[in-house]
Amino acid sequence: MIALLASSWLNTDPTVFVETLLNGLAVGSVYALIALGYTMVYGILKFINFAHSDVVTWGAWVSFTIAAAVAAAIGWTFTGGAARPAPLWLGPTLLVCTMLVCGAIGFAIERLAYKPLRSAPRLNVLITAIGVSLLLQNVGQLQFSFLPGWLKFPFGTQPQSFPQLLPAEPLATVIGVKLYWIDLIGFGTAVSLMVALEWLVYHTKTGRMMRAVSYDVRTAALMGIPVDRIISFTFVLGSMLAAAAGLLYVTKYPGNLLQTADTTWVLLGLKAFVAAVVGGIGNIRGAMLGGFLIGLIELFGARYLDPGLRDVYVFSILILVLLFKPTGLLGSTVREKV
Amino acid sequence: MSIASRTLLPLALLTVLLGWAGLANAKEEIVIGHYASMTGDQATFGQSEAKGVDMAVEEVNAAGGINGKAIRVIRYDTAGKAQEAGNAVTRLVTRDRVVAVLGEVASTLSMAGGRVAQQFKVPMVSSSSTNPDVTAIGNMIFRTCFIDPYQGYVVARFAHEKKGFTKVATLFDQGQAYSKGLNDDFQKAFKSMGGQITTEQAYSAGTADYSAQLSAIRETSPEAIFIPGYYTQVANIARQARKMGIKAVFLGGDGWDSAKLAEIGGEAIEGAFYSNHYSHQDPRPEVQEFVKKFQKQHGDVPDAMAALGYDAARLLLDAIKRSPSTKGADIAKALSETKNFAGVTGMISIDKDRNAQKNAVMLEMKEGKPAYVTTIPPPGAGDEKPAPAPAPKAPEKK
Repeated sequence: MIALLASSWLNTDPTVFVETLLNGLAVGSVYALIALGYTMVYGILKFINFAHSDVVTWGAWVSFTIAAAVAAAIGWTFTGGAARPAPLWLGPTLLVCTMLVCGAIGFAIERLAYKPLRSAPRLNVLITAIGVSLLLQNVGQLQFSFLPGWLKFPFGTQPQSFPQLLPAEPLATVIGVKLYWIDLIGFGTAVSLMVALEWLVYHTKTGRMMRAVSYDVRTAALMGIPVDRIISFTFVLGSMLAAAAGLLYVTKYPGNLLQTADTTWVLLGLKAFVAAVVGGIGNIRGAMLGGFLIGLIELFGARYLDPGLRDVYVFSILILVLLFKPTGLLGSTVREKV
Repeated sequence: MSIASRTLLPLALLTVLLGWAGLANAKEEIVIGHYASMTGDQATFGQSEAKGVDMAVEEVNAAGGINGKAIRVIRYDTAGKAQEAGNAVTRLVTRDRVVAVLGEVASTLSMAGGRVAQQFKVPMVSSSSTNPDVTAIGNMIFRTCFIDPYQGYVVARFAHEKKGFTKVATLFDQGQAYSKGLNDDFQKAFKSMGGQITTEQAYSAGTADYSAQLSAIRETSPEAIFIPGYYTQVANIARQARKMGIKAVFLGGDGWDSAKLAEIGGEAIEGAFYSNHYSHQDPRPEVQEFVKKFQKQHGDVPDAMAALGYDAARLLLDAIKRSPSTKGADIAKALSETKNFAGVTGMISIDKDRNAQKNAVMLEMKEGKPAYVTTIPPPGAGDEKPAPAPAPKAPEKK
């Protein structure tokens, strides 16, 4: 495949290659942010939080809700031909607000759905996660018509056009490649969040407690670590990253804010999950690596091979990794605890 | 025990009585089913169609119903998913016992629902599914719109003759029968006119990124890009194409017809052309009367799905009226005998393949609204008419 890519690169315009690389990194950073949530929860509770991709969806829709409320308050149009770009302060505001709201949602999900099942078999929690996922998907489509018109909650049943948060004009053109604000800022935001997480996990006391819980819950509890609080904290953290991913995703693809029950979101979550497995589930650096890798493979495959088969490339990588290195690229072999 | 039976017995009796009342009531009405995408990325299709259907039913009911029986519509949402379409029709037929079914807009969904309707021998009228395979399912499936071989021809002829394009690229949804079929039909027609297809690219639902396909298209520098998809994807494709510096004109089919196209597409969709079933600017009295009435009720201009939904429901009710009974076979026979039915979207005659032969119009997106450009009659039907009004034509042989 690499040889194929290389040969096709030689045959085509090199600017296309750079363009694909930039797109791949932008998409990859979204996958990486989502993958972190999957991997952190798996690291601690050893179960796949299927509701995670729905927190991403809610992140996107909560951002839209806030943006729509702001638009109504300051008299600003963001759809159709009369659309104007958003004021520059809106992007960071949305990021912070959405991360807070989704952090709260993550906290609630853990408290209400998963905590009561802490000692139940893992299958029960897994099925509950699917239930939570369906709940979030469908609540996001309810129509609460008694709410005032400017408050677009809940989010509605059809696609919406997300406001343009960053200038649409390219930031710079280097050797014929257009560098866009969104790609730069999206990538920058994602990487800064990942650096912050890395610092939190490896250089703070809370991070050390998280790692201890992930290593062995019972021993951690015996050492006086507040296990429940650490688990809640992990969920909040994962959900905040998911919210950021949702916002970055719709900022990059503003026309694609699809209703919460759409399969696009499921597929987005699934690819991020693949990224977490490819990187080594439970491993934070692995999730980041996996995210970028999956983003690049998807976009390069789509550009230089067949665009219709883009999902096939992603899932083939999953099969290859599971066949030849089942623990993932950065994962270590852990003996299954009995 | 005795307390339980003392309270339960009257309750049971009441239930039986209510059941009888319900049955008695049911005899006074004719129930038809409607399955449509009320939510999802094709939501405006279903919502518009539903408005049209309801308007037609209200009119008939206001005029006393059919043989003194009121018409009632039971509607289920498909959310734009094929499996939901199958479920909806099964539920309408087996549980609600509808005499006939209206729907869907998207061809893939009509095929899923149509197979169920055909299996239960319940007539189905699709207002706007244009893929030829929909009515090929069986003798119970009808439609009130033209089919894609003709629509592909219309867009190809418009691109070639009116715009003088010779190099066109196509980008279609490989998961939708409508998109795939229309892509083939357009290419066939365009090539036969001497045009060249520079490249053919595909996408599938569940992706938001079209950069790979668009960059491949950009390399072949076409004058126009034919995108026979549904409006949400089309609007996204248009935005990304303009961002990537593609200046080509966008062409499309009736899947574009939604207010959401301009809402999501914004500036990017300006100056694009698509073929459609009707234009609300058509001066024919039937059209203007319908537009006025619709605007009074809903406040906005009816799109083609609303007009077709209205026509399909009226056509079906007309057939039920002519039919000796409400048995599926009788209604289907009455439907197949429909000749020169004056609809908002043109004269409708059902041909032997249970399709309608009608003219298509080309529209241009101007300031976020579709504006009438021209009418293109079926091949061999002579020159096009200068007036927007598509004159009723005798059914043409394909």
